[in-house]
Amino acid sequence: MKKLSILFFLFVVNFNTNAIPYSTEPQEFVNELVNDAINKLSDKSLTIEEKSKYIEKIALENVDIKALSLYTLGELRKSSKKNDLKNYQIAFEKYFLKSLTSRLSDYSSSKFEVTDFEKKSANYTIVNSKVTPGEGDPQILIDWRVYTKQKDKPLIRDLIVEGLSLARTQKEEFASILSSNNGDINILIKKLEEFSKK
Amino acid sequence: MIIKRIKNLFISALIITLVSTAGLKASEECFEGISRSVFKFNMVFDDIILEPIAKGYNKLPEPIKAGAGNFTSNVATLLSIPNSLLQGNIKQVGHATGSFLINSTVGILGILNPAEKIGLKPHREDVGQTLGKYGFGPGCYFVLPVLGPTTARDSIGLIADSLLDPFAHVTIQEKELFGMSGNSVDYFSVKGTAAVDFRSDNITNFESLEKNSIDLYSSLKSIYLQDRENKIKNSTDTQDDWGNLDN
Repeated sequence: MKKLSILFFLFVVNFNTNAIPYSTEPQEFVNELVNDAINKLSDKSLTIEEKSKYIEKIALENVDIKALSLYTLGELRKSSKKNDLKNYQIAFEKYFLKSLTSRLSDYSSSKFEVTDFEKKSANYTIVNSKVTPGEGDPQILIDWRVYTKQKDKPLIRDLIVEGLSLARTQKEEFASILSSNNGDINILIKKLEEFSKK
Repeated sequence: MIIKRIKNLFISALIITLVSTAGLKASEECFEGISRSVFKFNMVFDDIILEPIAKGYNKLPEPIKAGAGNFTSNVATLLSIPNSLLQGNIKQVGHATGSFLINSTVGILGILNPAEKIGLKPHREDVGQTLGKYGFGPGCYFVLPVLGPTTARDSIGLIADSLLDPFAHVTIQEKELFGMSGNSVDYFSVKGTAAVDFRSDNITNFESLEKNSIDLYSSLKSIYLQDRENKIKNSTDTQDDWGNLDN
């Protein structure tokens, strides 16, 4: 019985340390999440691999990668076969994480500040922020589209950098690939897989 | 004389072609195959010429870079004045005129930017944006050699810019304005410096985009079109097409 309770205690402790609890208020959520990421990236005691793993972990927990994958697929998400869609989502997640971690060194010396927010609907809040990449560098305005349907678990769906939506850019890039390949989702999946293997 | 006639003929033909495609959506291409080839050429041009110059430029002392950036921005403000007026945006006419006058005098020919410190922040406006404000759609998309991405509307705007821009008036057209005149070398030197300044500011962004794009041509097309939309609206509010996502 004692062993069981120790095991249960360890499980609870382990669970709590694995899941990083951020605020459920969109503006606080973004602020805590990004500052946490910047602190980790600037931690000199961690290796690049450890930093990448940490960023992957918080991205998996706090970015709505599934919704992002469906959004970037455009109308094809409605007509694609279930199996193709599943394969696409797996390939997209790997692509997304690879693309995210390849940019880590770009943000390690940044200063981040949430400036404002606007509740667009019951499902979306736009959080406005500014990032100063380095000493004397011009500020970059970044808006975060936060999905708030689940009140206790906000999720990031898009980053709008100086008015340029990363999700829309990705969607239009995929649309171009699909259009020049007769709308074949498997070619897009192959290209995403090739990118992830690079 | 013959060259001038050929130039006029070329411009007329271009305008007719582009106007006839102006009803197309921006995402539609005028001639994608050619544009992709031109894009490849531009990438080589960037790799061999623009990027190395921009990297060298980034090594210059910060005050020199800031001065060059301020100077080219101040010259560009001259084009914003008539365009803000044509858009009926009197507040922006005031910002652009005030900024140009203060920076050209107190700011030592535009090398410094004291106008910004007193709250004068003029938007960059060109004829393409003015046509967009008047309700002209972007028309189809294509890529110009060296100049890069454009649309039917923006390329007409580019030609009109050279007629409306007071700086082009005194340089390319070699006419006199308030006792000042120049030549085409002055014009292309300033435009070239502005291009290098822009490229140097975006070295990291461009490298990151290049590294993370599956189809760089399409990524840049999307970024160009979004940027133009924002500049016409004078806002960074993006279109909301997430609503129909059934998750």
